[in-house]
Amino acid sequence: MSQYTRKGVNKDMAALDGKHFGLDKVLTIICFVILFIIVFVPVAMIFYVTFISDGKLDTHLFTEVIADKGNIGAMWNTIKVALGATLIGTVMGVFFAWLVGRSDIPTKGFMKVMFDIPYMFPPFFGAMAWDLMLNRRSGYINKWIVATFGIKRSPLNINSVWGIIFVECCYYFPFVYKQVVNAFERMDPTLEESARIAGASQGYVIRKITLPLVKPAISAGALLILTSSLAHFGVPGMLGFSAKIYTLPTKIYQLFYRTTGSFEGIREGSALSILLILVVVAALILQKYLLRAGSYDIIKGKATRPMLIKLRGAKVPLLILAYIILFIIVVMPLAMIILVGFLKAYGLPITLANMTLDNYKQVLFNNTMVADSIKNSIFLSISAGIICMFLGVMVAYVIVKVKPKGAIVLELLSLLPYAIPGIVMAIGVILTWSGRFKVNLYNTIWIILVAYLARYLSFSMKSASASLQQVHPSLEEAARSCGASHFGSLKDITIPLIKPAMVAGFFLIFLPAMRELTTSVLLYGPNSRTLGVAIFSLRNDGYITTASALAAIAILLIVILNSIVNAILKDRKKG
Amino acid sequence: MAGVRFENITCRYGNHVVLKNFSLEVKESEIMGIVGPSGCGKTTLMRALCGFMKPETGNIYLDNRLVYSASKRVNIAPELRGIGVVFQDYAVWPHLSVWDNVCYPLKRHKVPKAEMEKRAAHALEQVHMTGYEKHLPSQLSGGQQQRVAIARALVSSDELIVLDEPITNLDAKLREEMLAEIQRIQKDIGTTIIYITHDQAAALRLCDNIAVMAPDGHICQIGVDEDIIRRPADRFVFTFVGVSNFIPVICRSGKVFTENGEYPVDTALSDMQEGGRYDLGVRPMDIVFDEKSELKVTIKSVTFLGDQYDYFVDFNGQELRIECNALDALSHRVYEEGEKIGVKFLNVRYYPREEGTAS
Ligand SMILES: Nc1ncnc2c1ncn2[C@@H]1O[C@H](COP(=O)(O)OP(=O)(O)OP(=O)(O)O)[C@@H](O)[C@H]1O
Ligand SMILES: [Mg+2]
Repeated sequence: MSQYTRKGVNKDMAALDGKHFGLDKVLTIICFVILFIIVFVPVAMIFYVTFISDGKLDTHLFTEVIADKGNIGAMWNTIKVALGATLIGTVMGVFFAWLVGRSDIPTKGFMKVMFDIPYMFPPFFGAMAWDLMLNRRSGYINKWIVATFGIKRSPLNINSVWGIIFVECCYYFPFVYKQVVNAFERMDPTLEESARIAGASQGYVIRKITLPLVKPAISAGALLILTSSLAHFGVPGMLGFSAKIYTLPTKIYQLFYRTTGSFEGIREGSALSILLILVVVAALILQKYLLRAGSYDIIKGKATRPMLIKLRGAKVPLLILAYIILFIIVVMPLAMIILVGFLKAYGLPITLANMTLDNYKQVLFNNTMVADSIKNSIFLSISAGIICMFLGVMVAYVIVKVKPKGAIVLELLSLLPYAIPGIVMAIGVILTWSGRFKVNLYNTIWIILVAYLARYLSFSMKSASASLQQVHPSLEEAARSCGASHFGSLKDITIPLIKPAMVAGFFLIFLPAMRELTTSVLLYGPNSRTLGVAIFSLRNDGYITTASALAAIAILLIVILNSIVNAILKDRKKG
Repeated sequence: MAGVRFENITCRYGNHVVLKNFSLEVKESEIMGIVGPSGCGKTTLMRALCGFMKPETGNIYLDNRLVYSASKRVNIAPELRGIGVVFQDYAVWPHLSVWDNVCYPLKRHKVPKAEMEKRAAHALEQVHMTGYEKHLPSQLSGGQQQRVAIARALVSSDELIVLDEPITNLDAKLREEMLAEIQRIQKDIGTTIIYITHDQAAALRLCDNIAVMAPDGHICQIGVDEDIIRRPADRFVFTFVGVSNFIPVICRSGKVFTENGEYPVDTALSDMQEGGRYDLGVRPMDIVFDEKSELKVTIKSVTFLGDQYDYFVDFNGQELRIECNALDALSHRVYEEGEKIGVKFLNVRYYPREEGTAS
């Protein structure tokens, strides 16, 4: 009976540790190589082309770029928009979170569903819709205001810094809302109750107890808004160009297209990218500094049922206010896009007589560009999702379990894309994959895929590493002692245990990649448009009704995919 | 059927050295108990033996073959060492049913299906888990998971099984049955068993040999149960294997006196130093009442525990604990609070006084 313990021993006696090339080592090396190529090289290339010319250090270009008045203006616009969106979005998010999480306002379930809608859509759809309504000259609402009040010019103008801030807020406040609602629901209710019993007023309790408790959640959400809006391209890209309002991402885009992708243009874009990276990094450092003050552990892991605050007389006004806001930020843009998709021509009054199905028909059946873009987007999101899922697990495994000497480097590399705006990553990818290193993917779909890998790997890596940390080492060790090889223990034990996180990781990438614009807008070629790019270029070329129809279809597609994902994830929880 | 030999192994986590130049030999087909307080490095030792961590120095032999050597750079993979393990945290795989958990090692060893089913069913029977085959670990209690872990270890090796706290979550009756089962396996098949625990009672009950580890990870004593109980090698072993009283004493002109009261307690042993300070260790069982003795104690409290009486007494300003068999107690009489009576110390052990350890 003892034969199986001896089998293979002779072979393994030779497997002296020094010579043996274990699975762990192989994985570690693969991770380093892959992250080096897909993340480090593109970022490094941006710095290289900016600061090195003809093999010598040359800060000339960079100083020129940051001295340029237009660029400085773009930088200020970026900061203004980001701060504005963060402040207003945070207030909105906290307000709604409090209303839904802590008050006795009716119809909470319905409101929760409504808040998920802006979360699903790319903000540039909203920008497009608001441009249809509030464009200074041709916006439907503005035309109505001019006609109704008999004034020359409507005071509302979406093609402004405030317009950009407004639209970004509509789409970014759920970041704060989601975090804070979650914290409210896990908050220990006895803390508030005991303060009330001690005689504190409602307002005092909110100010002194509730708010400080959810502060970490608020700042986490606010940080998400801040970094997202600093790097954001879609909204200023849709609203700013016509009014010559640029932010750093749109400036980079404009520079790139003005010079039609020439090397000088890319170099200048790189220098601007560095400026943008600096702004993002400064924001991250500022946030670290602001959040240094202690974190609270009074929020429990378990769901409790906190005492709800009675709104009494304020109930009806607050309910009405909430629905007005929801109507403005959710219903109006959606309705506008769908309706304009039906119009014979943009600018016609929205009446049944002016409606037609032609746009939808054309988009669905007659437009190869559109059909290709849908195919491309599906292909890109599925492949990026699957590849990142496996890469993410591998990197997470090496960081969490193998812990090699350079694990910290690996972790930094995999998280670096969080601080690198999508448009910057696109510039880096162009610099890396346009033949400089003997591989030329420029103008093909593969260059977009490479960029997606770099951008999204960190999503699946985080999801996998959180889950791997839950897998106690003894589970894998038990498999080894039962006779499984290292690879066998991974296959039989570790991977099945983290499968739910892998699936979640896939969707974390699949959904944003489906509606992605920022990266692909710089990388697309004649045959590799994505869904986002197709809508963007249709609209910029003046095919506004077609663009709206396509956006409406994209919305439908996203809703369907989202519900499928939710159904799958829910099933999983039950199982 | 495999002996184990550790030679001078040193293990550490970061800067924390857990085992230092540790050596130990486990003979073929014996049950070796390894007992020691929490955090002394028992699990670490198991991990080194199984190949889950690499000691910095030293060699490990399994059945006379070198499975690990730091200097010769030998490190045989865990799956080729053929050791069955019960992990302290069970490590039952949560995504596999009880049956699949127990079959896994057999599948890995390519045991034919019919034999596999027979052996898995038998192992589940040995741990009284028949009928739970389809359950997932999340549907089992802690003790049931622990038994699944034991069953899995039983089928994974006939040579050597390491059990790390395998019965902590079982009730008294099941514990007894598991210990009996382990003993039977060792008798029938001759499997070498390393039994890791901080429960010295279970170890004494089960093991042929016991190694007692000190909190710093060195071995204080290896021996059969009687050695450990009768002749604890040092103060630590003495306290570890049972309830103990320590009385500070001093050796003067061939006699042992209590340090403060100047009572002569005993004649000194040959190896005691004149003027040396010692701790006299005595078990509560070994203090007997003797009306004629000059050493007087005052009874502070009495508790009746069914089969024995527990006394807390004052001796020279120091509290001592005395256990008195109920039958013995009844044959003379039960003393009451406040009484002052003589006692005798039997089976005393002397340990050189260490600074700061006087009780
Ligand atoms: N993964 C680890 N990293 C760092 N230190 C560790 C690790 N595992 C154990 N230690 C330390 O090593 C020492 C020995 O741990 P070990 O698990 O071997 O103790 P033990 O004797 O099994 O204790 P117990 O009886 O409580 O299980 C402890 O002091 C512990 O703090
Ligand atoms: Mg342990």
